[in-house]
Amino acid sequence: MIGQEVLPTPALVFEPVLPELVLVAFAIAGLLYEALAKRSEPILHLSIGLSGVLLAAATTLPLWSWDGAATVLGGTVSADRFAVLARLLLLVVAALGLLLAYQYFARSGDERKGEFTPLLLFATSGMTLIVAAADLIVTFLALEILSLSLYVLTGLTGRRAANEASMKYFLLGAFSSAFFLYGVAMAYGATGTTKIGAMALALTGSGGTQSLALLGFALLAVGFGFKVSAAPFHMWTPDVYQGAPTPVTAYMSAATKIAAFAALIRVLDVAFQALAWDWAPVVWGLAAVSIVLGSILAIAQTNVKRMLAYSSIAHAGFILTGLTAAGAVGIRSAVFYLVAYAAMTVGAFGTVMLVSGRGEERTRIADYAGLARTSPLSAALMTLFLLSLAGIPPTAGFIAKVNVFSAAIGAGYWGLVLLGVVMSVAAAFFYLRVIVVMYMQEPEEVSASSMAPDGEVLVGRGAGAVLVVPAAATLVLGVFPGVIVAVIEKASVLRW
Amino acid sequence: VNKLLTLTTFLPLLGALMVLAGGRGLKDEAARWVALGASLVTFIVSLIVLGRFDPSASEPFQMVEQAHWVQSIGLTYTVGVDGVSIWMLLLTTFLFPVSILASWTVTKDVRRFMAAMLVLETAVIGTFVALDLLLFFLFFEALLVPMYLLIGGWGGQRRIYAAIKFFLFTMAGSAFLLLGILFLYSKGGAVSFRYDALLGVAGGLPATTGRWLFLAFFVAFAVKVPLVPLHTWLPDAHTEAPTAGSVLLAALLLKVGTYGLIRFNLVFFPEASKYFATFVGVIAVIGIIYGAVNALIQTDIKRLVAYSSVSHLGFVVLGLFAFTQQGVTGGVLQMVNHGLATGALFLLVGMVYERTHTRDLGEMGGLAAGMPWLMGAFLFTVFASAGLPGLNGFVGEFLVIIGTFAVSNWFGALAATAVVLAAIYLLWSYQRMAFGRVREEHRLLPDVNLREVVILAPVLALLLVFGVAPKLLTDRIDPAAEAVIARVAPDPQHTTDVGSPVRNSILALPAGEP
Repeated sequence: MIGQEVLPTPALVFEPVLPELVLVAFAIAGLLYEALAKRSEPILHLSIGLSGVLLAAATTLPLWSWDGAATVLGGTVSADRFAVLARLLLLVVAALGLLLAYQYFARSGDERKGEFTPLLLFATSGMTLIVAAADLIVTFLALEILSLSLYVLTGLTGRRAANEASMKYFLLGAFSSAFFLYGVAMAYGATGTTKIGAMALALTGSGGTQSLALLGFALLAVGFGFKVSAAPFHMWTPDVYQGAPTPVTAYMSAATKIAAFAALIRVLDVAFQALAWDWAPVVWGLAAVSIVLGSILAIAQTNVKRMLAYSSIAHAGFILTGLTAAGAVGIRSAVFYLVAYAAMTVGAFGTVMLVSGRGEERTRIADYAGLARTSPLSAALMTLFLLSLAGIPPTAGFIAKVNVFSAAIGAGYWGLVLLGVVMSVAAAFFYLRVIVVMYMQEPEEVSASSMAPDGEVLVGRGAGAVLVVPAAATLVLGVFPGVIVAVIEKASVLRW
Repeated sequence: VNKLLTLTTFLPLLGALMVLAGGRGLKDEAARWVALGASLVTFIVSLIVLGRFDPSASEPFQMVEQAHWVQSIGLTYTVGVDGVSIWMLLLTTFLFPVSILASWTVTKDVRRFMAAMLVLETAVIGTFVALDLLLFFLFFEALLVPMYLLIGGWGGQRRIYAAIKFFLFTMAGSAFLLLGILFLYSKGGAVSFRYDALLGVAGGLPATTGRWLFLAFFVAFAVKVPLVPLHTWLPDAHTEAPTAGSVLLAALLLKVGTYGLIRFNLVFFPEASKYFATFVGVIAVIGIIYGAVNALIQTDIKRLVAYSSVSHLGFVVLGLFAFTQQGVTGGVLQMVNHGLATGALFLLVGMVYERTHTRDLGEMGGLAAGMPWLMGAFLFTVFASAGLPGLNGFVGEFLVIIGTFAVSNWFGALAATAVVLAAIYLLWSYQRMAFGRVREEHRLLPDVNLREVVILAPVLALLLVFGVAPKLLTDRIDPAAEAVIARVAPDPQHTTDVGSPVRNSILALPAGEP
């Protein structure tokens, strides 16, 4: 039967996935270079990575004014502005991660690993795909791409702590992937589809399969809870954040949150929008537990990276607080929070890297004693990021908190907000403690290895320059949040 | 066109940036002069503000500036002054140059110290002029950071403990404030944080909701004032802070609390204010007596002055919650007077400490013999603080007491005892310091130097001027106090409705953009 199609093949429109294609192409190029070159040059790896990220950004930008179908490739990838904004954020974070890692390996004395840049690009391609995924199967695929890359990145230096972190991350991650996949299966059972848009339509109409859909949602929530490190699925976070090389931690703490929350937003506000009354209490509970556990456990930490890990759990709770408000209001507040959080967490871990000098030295809070004297610039940067994490004006963290709190109050969850503001005070304590140590204690004996000849703690000029970006973002978003709010406004409508 | 208030608010910040931008190239001496210069220019600008302020104008808020800031959430930059905030503004701009001059002896990290002082000045001025609740909250929170750094970086032995305690107490209180503001904001349709907009929202709330919101605002300001039992941060913070920090804490930061009570609690929630008036009155009286008794038993002179603040501020709150013209005007007057008198006391304590290196009253004595001028100034200030007629403390106290008697004899009588107690602890401590046998090592202490004369002279002069001519202050305070009374207690019987449109319009901002 020539001339008659046996299988209907969807029209292939590739523009909306060009960023991913670019990233993967550059990642493969990086791998080939590493394999074929006699002696690979780190600076060339960096240029390959940065060009990939830049080109991906360049192919993302035109999508802002995309006027084609809402979803492409057979309804599996959406082409809305939400995806564009999330992608751009991820690409900025990836670029910062690459630059920080370059500095890190230049100073740590670890054996250079040529796989680093390609792996980071692969992880980024998974993240940029997941924010656009309109089909839960694609979501799962993207989740695996980013997760597997991150497991390897975590253990890349081969340090004992890094290996342990990597193993833990992998085991728990695999476990959560299983939950996620099981959730997809349940959702399919309830709605007969894995496409996010079609699920929304099916759930609006049907009544009988709602319980199955809710079960599916619960399992998906476990999977997402793991990825965004919301309590009680946060167990891996402190170990991994502490054990991973600092630039990797900086990258993944920001990027994974953006990616996973973006995907979660699609699931909540599109696929399960008809069940908003049912999922809101779940989100409420995850938010409350995350805020409380994250804030309280952080108080007891003596290692800065571990403390920031617990703080990231609390921040996941704050973002979830915003998401208790269904629809555009919640999305807006969560996206703003993600932007602000990305800036402050990359900045904070980047500063930790600065202070470390080389490798994973000097990451105890006690090592920060008298930093204001030995390295005023790093102390000032750290203070800025910590104040923002604590939500003190005029920083991005303050506006972000006001946004999520007012979204939640608007949705009627003022109890959660009360909990949030009270725990913010507890959280302020451990952020302040670092500031106290930096400004109000005398420096200890600084090990000779990290001292520059002039007696100042070695501050990589390059790494310092990279941190200008998150520092500026933290301040500008705090004082003139209007610059991005208009963009977020336009991007907070999901098309399906 | 008319950006005087913005100029006043951000001039110090500009100075701070200049000090910081100088980097290590900027000599300590230069940093001091830049800071002093910036704060003096600010003071001059604020005098122009005072000159332009028209006490007889019909609209309550003058020199209002409005601009959109974050349009999407309805955050505006709205500032303006009324008869209450104008004096808080002046008190701030006056005391900062004085405190900076008093910090000439700071030698550790001078640039950072001066920058923190100037940032603090911007934040304090901002809280007093902000007419947008989120903007107010922003400044209210922002002033914590420089103050925290001042206490923790340049304080005494237990400075870190004191700094963290100060920060956490205030932040815990302000958490409820934020919750209250966001609640009002969402009740108003989440469109504006502006003072007049939320005032309208608050007027339309059911009584129970209003009471809860009153408490949310009240906790935040009660920590700041501070009212017993939320005061425990104060003795530590005041005692450990460097001299300038203690002066500014006592003179200005505590006033942010009472100012908040006037600006928000009384006006936004008149029904709840009356509902809780007795409760507030009781804890105010407890604070008055508790502070005074604690001051009596202190041997650390700085701690003594700190506890006297608890007592004096209880007085202010009692006056405010009497809802009478005299009570409210007297309360505001006391805010200014306490700022000047207690500020001066901390300055003097600092000067004595720099000479004797002790704050323990038991280790002092006979100081008047060697330093007649310094101890003379001290005595003058003690009299002012104790409310001697002819000096500034008297008028405010007197007004508060008659304002309170008009409502309740009990509260009036108890408040009056505080005046007696104040005289006892202040004069007794002065006696232990100035008279008696002089210790050997204190025999040759230098008397006031020129810099200290320049610091003390204007403050002491004002103590006298406002004592003799309180009308200078009350002329501007009275209309504002009347507006508050009109809102809370439109007539002595407390019966008419409080949300009538006429009353609202008295407090409304001028119409226009935004």
